[in-house]
Parts: sequence; structure tokens; C-alpha cells
Amino acid sequence: MAQAEDNNAEEFSAVVARHRPRIFRFLLSSTRDVDLAETLTQDCFLKAHRNWSSFRGESSAMTWLMRIAINLQKDHWRNRRMQFWRHTQSNAVPLDEASEWLPSGERSVEQQLMAKERVRQVSKAVEGLSERQRTVFLMRYVEEAELSEIARATGLSEGTVKAHLSRAVARVRAELGGKR
Amino acid sequence: MISMDKFKGNKTQPRQLRTLDVQNSELDQALTDFRSSIHAWSDAAFNRPRTAIAAVAPRPVWRLALSLALGCVLVAASASAGLWERHQQEMKRAAIRLAEQQRLVAQQRDMRERQARQVDQESEDLLAKVDSDVSREVPLAMEPLAQLMVEDETP
Repeated sequence: MAQAEDNNAEEFSAVVARHRPRIFRFLLSSTRDVDLAETLTQDCFLKAHRNWSSFRGESSAMTWLMRIAINLQKDHWRNRRMQFWRHTQSNAVPLDEASEWLPSGERSVEQQLMAKERVRQVSKAVEGLSERQRTVFLMRYVEEAELSEIARATGLSEGTVKAHLSRAVARVRAELGGKR
Repeated sequence: MISMDKFKGNKTQPRQLRTLDVQNSELDQALTDFRSSIHAWSDAAFNRPRTAIAAVAPRPVWRLALSLALGCVLVAASASAGLWERHQQEMKRAAIRLAEQQRLVAQQRDMRERQARQVDQESEDLLAKVDSDVSREVPLAMEPLAQLMVEDETP
């Protein structure tokens, strides 16, 4: 009995070590708020720990964790909308902030500036997406998830995921095209 | 055994997937840059030094209400105790005043009675003196008659 509990604890520790950076990254890209992303990441793993024994492994641990993270994020925005008068100030960083982190690579200065501008435009388009479209878009183009994985994590059908993704990409394309 | 696979296609497939999705090299490049910047930002934020801050739980509403109620009870009890003490002192003062009045009334009554007794005594003394004077002025001729009256009064 004690041996089984030890194994469970070790297994969960491995899951945390392996997936925490990804969950944090997804939540950071969704919220653009480092503190909020950290809080939601901790909540996600706390919830996962409480329910670890009920996780049967029908999907991958990452998909399961992503599903928890998406639900926590939804709850957060819902609470925030209901209590807007208590949270008038957002800690979300400006759109330019994310583009500042773009690795320079072997580009010229001009190319770097253009790349930063493109990232800023994509960030702006992503900010304008609906919650569901944003989740699907970020999972696909930041986390590079398969459509089937996105469908399992969001609880949507693959067809619906494709539709959301198509609309999101169209919006990003329009943002990029409109600025030229 | 629980599967701990990551999402499939992390490093090699994404570019093909994106090409299938968007079919636009400029858009593809923009999305790649966007992903790179998010990854770099996330790595920097995830690895930044953190300071631990002790969490202070907000006071529950019921505790605030209880504190307020207890405060009200204390204030009311203090006010009541003060009023009670004052009332008790007033009662004592009234009792002392009443006792003083009763004592004065009794004193005045005694004085009046003493004066009345004194007046009565003086009247009796005066009458006795008059009797004595009158009896002394009885003529000698009436002496035998007076003696007879004294004898008649004796049983």
C-alpha cells in the first residue's frame, strides 16, 4: 500500500517536472500575465495532484493537464467578468513585450525589426480572438499540438477545432495584410 | 501504466502542419516568429528568480460580522453598566435624603411635644400657685368650714 503511494508520488513528480514549463507557456501566451500564469499553473498541478488517482491514461498526461489548465483559465475569466469592479487593473503586459523576446538569430537589423513588427501584429490579432479561438490557435501554433489532441483537451470535435482554427488564421492573416 | 507522452510532432512536423493550414510563406514566417518569441519569453519568465511572499488570507465575512456584533455587545454592556451604577448611586442618595427628612421630622415632633409638655407644666404650676395663693387668702372665719370639707373628702 505504502509502496504504491510512493510510486504514485514519484510518477506525479515526473509529470510535474516534464509538463510544467509547457502548461506555464500556454497559460502565459493566453493571459500575457506572468503572475497570473504562475498562479494558474500551480492551481492546475494542485488539481491534477488531487485527481491523480482517477487519471486512467485514456489520453496523454499532457492532454489531461491541458484540459485542466483550459478549464481553470475559463473559470478565471468568468470570475473576472463577474467581479470586474474588483479587478480594474490588469497585469497583462503590452503587446510589444512579447515581441521583444524574439531571438535575433542571424538576421539583419532591418529583418529583426520586421520580424518584431510581425510578432506584434500576430499578438494583436490573437488578443482580438474569442476565448475558444485563442485557445485552439495557441495550442496549434505555439504548442504545436495535433488537431486530435486539441479536440480532446478542449472537449470539441475535430471539425469544430478546424473551424475555429480557420477563423483564427483568417483574422491573423487579415491583421498582417492590413498593416502592409 | 500511465502514458506520459508529450504532444506528437514537436520539432519536425510543425512546419508541415502549418504549411497545410495556412499555405502562405509570410504568414508561416510570422507564426514561426510568434512561437519563438512566446517560447523565449516563457523560458525567461519560468526561470526567473522568485521571492516567496507569505500569503495573508482575507478575513471571512462571518468573522467580520462576528467581530462587529461582539463590539456592539461590549459597547452596550459598558453603557448599561454605567447607567446601572449611576442609577444605584441615585437610589442611595434618595434614600439618604429621605432618612434625613424623616430624622428632621421626628426631631421637630419631639421638640413640639417637649414644648407642649413644658406649656402644660407651666400651666399646672401656675394653677397650683393660684390655688395656693387663693387658699392662703381664705379668711380665718372660714377656716373651720374648710377643715370640714377636708374631713368630708376623707372616706
